[in-house]
Amino acid sequence: MAEEVIQSQKPSKPLVWNDPTYRALFFQVLVLGGVVSLGYVLISNTLTNLERQGIASGFGFLKGTAGFSILMTLIDYSEEDSYFWAFIVSLLNTLLVAGIGIFFATILGFFIGVCRLSSNWMLSKIAAVYIETLRNIPLLLQIFFWYFGVLRGLPSPGNSINVFDTYFLNIRGLYSPSPIFEDGFSLILWALITGFVATFFISRWARKRQQETGQQFPTFLSSISLVIGLPLIASVVAGFPLSWEYPVLRGFNFTGGFVVIPELVALSLALSLYTASFIAEIVRAGILAISRGQTEASYALGLQAWPTLRLVVIPQALRVIIPPLTNQYLNLTKNSSLAAAIAYPDLVLVFAGTILMQTGQAVEIIAITMGVYLAISLMISAFMNWYNKKMALVES
Amino acid sequence: MKDLIVGIVALAIGVAAGYMINDKGTQVASLEEENAGLKSQLATSSSAPAAKTGGQTIANVKKKGFVQCGVSQGVPGFSNPDASDNWTGIDVDVCRAVAAAVLGDSTKVKFSPLTAKERFTALQSGEIDILSRNTTWTATRDSALGVNFAGVNYYDGQGFMVRKSLGVKGAMDLAGAAVCTNLGTTTELNVADFFRANNMEYKLVAFEKADEVVAAYDAGRCDVYTTDQSALAAQRIKLSSPDDHMVLPEVISKEPLGPVVRHGDDQWLDVVKWSLYAMLNAEEMGITKTNIGTMMNSDNPSILRFVGKEGDVGKNLGLSADWSANIIKQVGNYGESFERNVGPNTAIKLTRGVNANWKDGGLMYGMPGR
Ligand SMILES: N[C@@H](CCC(=O)N[C@@H](CS)C(=O)NCC(=O)O)C(=O)O
Repeated sequence: MAEEVIQSQKPSKPLVWNDPTYRALFFQVLVLGGVVSLGYVLISNTLTNLERQGIASGFGFLKGTAGFSILMTLIDYSEEDSYFWAFIVSLLNTLLVAGIGIFFATILGFFIGVCRLSSNWMLSKIAAVYIETLRNIPLLLQIFFWYFGVLRGLPSPGNSINVFDTYFLNIRGLYSPSPIFEDGFSLILWALITGFVATFFISRWARKRQQETGQQFPTFLSSISLVIGLPLIASVVAGFPLSWEYPVLRGFNFTGGFVVIPELVALSLALSLYTASFIAEIVRAGILAISRGQTEASYALGLQAWPTLRLVVIPQALRVIIPPLTNQYLNLTKNSSLAAAIAYPDLVLVFAGTILMQTGQAVEIIAITMGVYLAISLMISAFMNWYNKKMALVES
Repeated sequence: MKDLIVGIVALAIGVAAGYMINDKGTQVASLEEENAGLKSQLATSSSAPAAKTGGQTIANVKKKGFVQCGVSQGVPGFSNPDASDNWTGIDVDVCRAVAAAVLGDSTKVKFSPLTAKERFTALQSGEIDILSRNTTWTATRDSALGVNFAGVNYYDGQGFMVRKSLGVKGAMDLAGAAVCTNLGTTTELNVADFFRANNMEYKLVAFEKADEVVAAYDAGRCDVYTTDQSALAAQRIKLSSPDDHMVLPEVISKEPLGPVVRHGDDQWLDVVKWSLYAMLNAEEMGITKTNIGTMMNSDNPSILRFVGKEGDVGKNLGLSADWSANIIKQVGNYGESFERNVGPNTAIKLTRGVNANWKDGGLMYGMPGR
């Protein structure tokens, strides 16, 4: 009897349209369907209008012959290559300048942020002036400043600054010898890789030993000697299988060797100096967010100022620093598109500039360009999120 | 998994819904075929919405009361602003002529300074009514960009400028040179063709804006500055010491420069085309800014047709009878515009050369105005 009562009180299965799960599902499908059909209408409408105005459309243009030259290419490229290849070349240039910018902005930003907090009055004021000036001047102006500043300061190719007849600096760039790999070079590569792997295991072992016994191991010295020493031995064994191609002045300019163009230098310089000023403030805020007690406790344990910063403060500050730092990395990457102003052949200059003009396919090209920047940004975010998780305090 | 199903269902609904909204009536056999044939399908589909441009521009211009003219960011003699933002130049005069013809007032023009890269997009999107900005007429531009060229107001060719101190005699001495130019131009392609055809190495430094090209060349970043010869003459006066530079004798391309309008508005194309012809024909007939008043009482029938005393040309174009008289009164004929803006008495110092009227052995030939 009692059982029966309970049974009948159990709620009966609701009708499908009253079931909250199904209802939610229904509305989700509806909204998503709405968005997709809106997108569809927009796209096909655009196509119709392009067709009606006699404007070429579609992605077939990517197969066309580029026909123009690109100032700096990380991979082989010539005028006979396709627009698609030119796109890849320019994308790599964008990634290069963003990578360089992020690297230097981070180092400089951390350094200045720490200086800003220094008890040394001079140091902290210099850092403050740096931050306030650089982050308040528009980036484009800074790019022009460095570009024309760099150009103005450098001599013509005929009067290059010459270092041992191997390095030459002039207004067309910094020329250095480029390596030519001969047979047996792979031995050196393997030695280098072995050096790195060994370093990795040694430092793991050393850390463990220090945690257990408190004894320190000269990890730094041993790593350096492994990473440099092993390849050195290998090259002696292989009989130095490496020769260099030296730049030589022929006619107007240097040919041969490896060249860093002033456009790359000016753009990287402007991007890193500008972004460093924001990163410095983020670092300062991050460090200030760690309570003073942490530092004092660390001092009380007998740690000096630098180990305190490195082992106690920064690991905790990083948790505060990483999310806004990610923003700065994204900004830097997007700001690198100002390259077009000073002829650095990035994605915007080559693809959304020259190729857009030569083919006239604005809609497709701008869509691809936006997609690429979005993808780069998402990748940076994903990496930083992963790093952030790794850095998070594990409370057990 | 559930999310995936939701996504797929929504996608299907979306595509179907979009299709129904957009394509009332036209049936398509399969999705693949739809993709392949989407463009041609929609072109014939009567219900697909599209911006109507045919016959619209002239009505628009009359309604808003001015002509929106796309020009350069400053090429002296062609399109250049002075300190108080008054634009002058032979490209500017084309826009002024159109304003005089359509609105009876050559000052009713607003200018949009555009870089080489932006210019066609600005025209396609309807931001400007005419693009009159040292723009070369090429097959690709005419056929793929959705624009039409309304004629040629300057026959040009691409040239090279170098420092005299380099000791270069001609373009064939330029192997290995660094070359500065504007991106998104015919220049960029011609220079690539030239060096490739002659098997010479070179480095191309391409800037978005002309001022940066000039500044970088001036600072010594490049050995060579290349663009249309007319623009070289014009930009040269911006260099810190113009006399240290020279233009090489070689001309490596044909650059017919002229006004451009949107594809699909034939009436507007006619108006711009005939405004330019009016300037050419006036020079041919000896009608000038100063004598146009007396020409009104001429007994020469072609002059009477020109000033609108005879014939229906104005009406047929959708303009007033005195449209071409207004152009000459307010802007002058082509020869006058040339002398005033780029001629030997200006800083640009260009001679007429191939841009002389056909009666003087040049290429400037207006179609008969009857
Ligand atoms: N005629 C060529 C080149 C036109 C061009 O843009 N030339 C540059 C070099 S002088 C220019 O006029 N720049 C002026 C500006 O960007 O304001 C073309 O149509 O592609």
